[in-house]
Amino acid sequence: MSAIPKEEYLYKCTSACAGCSSSLCLRYVLKAAGPDSVLVVPACCTSVIQGIYPATAMNVPVYNVAFAASAACASGMSEAFAAAGKETNVIVYAGDGGTVDIGIQALSGAFERGTNFLYICYDNEAYGNTGMQRSGATPLGARTTTTPGGKPTTKKDLDRIIEAHNPPYMATACSAYPLDLYKKVKKALSIEGPKFIHILAPCPPGWRYPTEKTVEMGKLAVKTGTWILYEREFGKLSISGPSKAAMKRPAPLEDYIRGQGRFKNLSPETLDLMRQQVQQNIQRLSREEAGVC
Amino acid sequence: MLTIATGNRAVADAVKAAKPGVIAAYPITPQTEIVEQIAEYVTGGNLESRYIPVESEHSAMAACIGASVGGVRTFTATSSHGLLYMHEMVHWAAGARLPIVMANVNRALGPGWNTWAEHTDAFSQRDTGWLQVFVGTVQEAYDATLMAFKIAEDERVLLPVMVNLDGFTLSHITQSLDTMEIGDFLPPFHLPHAIDTENPLGYGPMTGPADYFRFRWDIERSMRDSRGVITEVEREFAERFGRSYGPTEDYRCEDADVVVVAMGTLGKEAEVAIDRLRDEGIRAGSMRLRWFRPFPDLDLAGREVVVIDRDYSFGFGGVVAHSIKSKTGVEPYSVIAGLGGQEVTYNDIADFVRNRHPGEEMWFGVSDHV
Repeated sequence: MSAIPKEEYLYKCTSACAGCSSSLCLRYVLKAAGPDSVLVVPACCTSVIQGIYPATAMNVPVYNVAFAASAACASGMSEAFAAAGKETNVIVYAGDGGTVDIGIQALSGAFERGTNFLYICYDNEAYGNTGMQRSGATPLGARTTTTPGGKPTTKKDLDRIIEAHNPPYMATACSAYPLDLYKKVKKALSIEGPKFIHILAPCPPGWRYPTEKTVEMGKLAVKTGTWILYEREFGKLSISGPSKAAMKRPAPLEDYIRGQGRFKNLSPETLDLMRQQVQQNIQRLSREEAGVC
Repeated sequence: MLTIATGNRAVADAVKAAKPGVIAAYPITPQTEIVEQIAEYVTGGNLESRYIPVESEHSAMAACIGASVGGVRTFTATSSHGLLYMHEMVHWAAGARLPIVMANVNRALGPGWNTWAEHTDAFSQRDTGWLQVFVGTVQEAYDATLMAFKIAEDERVLLPVMVNLDGFTLSHITQSLDTMEIGDFLPPFHLPHAIDTENPLGYGPMTGPADYFRFRWDIERSMRDSRGVITEVEREFAERFGRSYGPTEDYRCEDADVVVVAMGTLGKEAEVAIDRLRDEGIRAGSMRLRWFRPFPDLDLAGREVVVIDRDYSFGFGGVVAHSIKSKTGVEPYSVIAGLGGQEVTYNDIADFVRNRHPGEEMWFGVSDHV
C-alpha cells in the first residue's frame, strides 16, 4: 500500500451514497493515473458523484458526455492529444448500462480502431443512477425495479466481447481489492492502444445490503468465484492473486447471495443455475491458464 | 488554381486548406465522396490530419466533440439519416460551445429510401444552436466551408457551423472551382475552454436551473453576435479572394414587384426563371436565402413573395414560408416543391410566379391551392 501516492484527485464530500464502492475505485484509479489525465464520463453514477456546477469533486479535467458517446468522444480526444503531441491519459469511467447496453457500439468501434485510451467499466449490475433498473449486466435472478420477479436471463459476458477485439490489455478488478486495481490501472496506462478494465462495484442501495458490508460483499464475490480477477496481456491470461485460491476452493455461493436483498426468495432452480455458471467460468479460465483448451 | 470539381470535391478541398487536426468520417450517400477524398489526401500525405473512421454518425459527432475540446480544429460530413442519427450529439456540440464544422449534403428521409435532395434533414436540426448556411454553387461550397471555420472559431461565436449543399444537384454536379492558398485567413486554432490538465475543470456536470438558463441565453447571445461576425468574415473573404457573399443572394430584386425566395440549387434555378419573367414584362426578382441560422433580417416590404420550400413541417407548413411570414409579416405564396429530388425547372418556377396566390399553399404536381 505504501506505493500508492498520497495525492488525492477525488476529494472528500462527494455526492456518492454511503458505502459507494465505485467512488472508492475511482479514487484509486486517479491515484494510479496521476494529474496528466482526463476522465470522460457518460451518464452514470459518476455524473452525480462529481458534484453540481460550479463545484467539482475532481482534481483532473472531467468531460461529461451523452450516454452512448463516451468511447467515441474519448477517441476524438485521444487523437486530438496525439495531433498536439500530448501524452495525456484519456480514461473513460463508465457504468455498466453505459457500457454493455447503450454504449457498446461506440466501445466496440473504438477498440476495433485501436484507439489509445483506457476504458473502465465500473459494474454495479444495474442502472444505479436512476434507481436500479435492470441492465444487460444484471445477473440471473437479481431483482431490480424493472425485474421485480428476478432477472430471467444471465449477465451479458462483456469481457468475452472485449476479448474478441484482441486488445493489448484487459483486466477484471473489484473494489474490495484496491491494490490489485491500482496495479492494473498502472500497467494498462503503460501500454499503447485500447485498454479495458472491468470492475465489480457492489452497491449497497441497489443490492440491498448494509453500507458497512461494501468491502465484504466484494470479497465474497471473489471468494465464491462469482467474480474472477485476472489480466490478459496481448491475449495471455493470468489469474490474479486473490482469485487463485478462490478458484481452487470456492466458498459456497450462498455466502455471497445470502446478504443481498436483490437475491431474496431465489428459486432452488435459479440458485442451481447460478452455481453451474460459477463452476463453468472457473473451469474455462483455469483450463485456459493451464494451457488446456 | 482553376479546376473543374463536384460540390463534394469542393468541400474536401476546403477542408484540406483548413487543415483540421482531427476529422471523423462515416460514409453516407450522397456525402461519401467528401470522406473518400479526404482519406485520399490524408493517406497521400497531402493533409496532416488524424482521420477517425468511426462506426456511426453518433460517434462521428462524439469524436468531433472530444477532439474539439481536446484543442484542435475538427470536421465531419454527413447527410440525411446520418444527421438524424447524430442528433443528440448535434445538440451537445452547440451546448458545449465547440466550433466544429460539418458539411451536410441535403437528402430526403425514409421511408421509402430516397437519396435525392431535400432540406428537411437540416431543418430538423434548426433548434440545436448550430449556425446553418446553404450554398448554391460548387465555388460557394468551397468558400462557405472555409469561412465556416473562421466564423465558428471566432470567440464572439464559438458555435458549430453546418454547411448545407443539395444532394446530387450540387454534391455530384461539376462546375468550375477556384482553389487558392488561404495564407493566414484561418488563424491557428484556439479554444479558450480547451482541456488543460494544468487547470482541471469539470465540463458539462449536473447544472441547476439558474446556471443552465444562463448558458442557454449565452448561446442565443452568441447566435445574435454571429450576424456581425459573419458579415466581417464575408467582407474579409471578399477583400482577400474577390468573391462576396451575404445573408441572401439577391438577383434583380431592386425594382421587383414579386420576389421568389428559395434555398440551395433551387435558388440558382430561380435566377433563370426571373430572366424569363422579365422578358415577359413581369418585374420579378429572386432572393436565395443563404443563412438559415441565424435567420437574417429580410427586406420584403411592399412586394409579393413566392417561397419555394424543399421541406415540410407536417401539420404546420413550409418551414421557410412560415419563417418569412413570422419574421417579415408578409403573406407569401407557399410552394412546396422538390421533395425527394422532384425535378423543378426554371419554367416551373416561372409558373409559380405567374400563377401565384398570396397567402395560399400549393404542393407542386400534387395538389391545387389549399
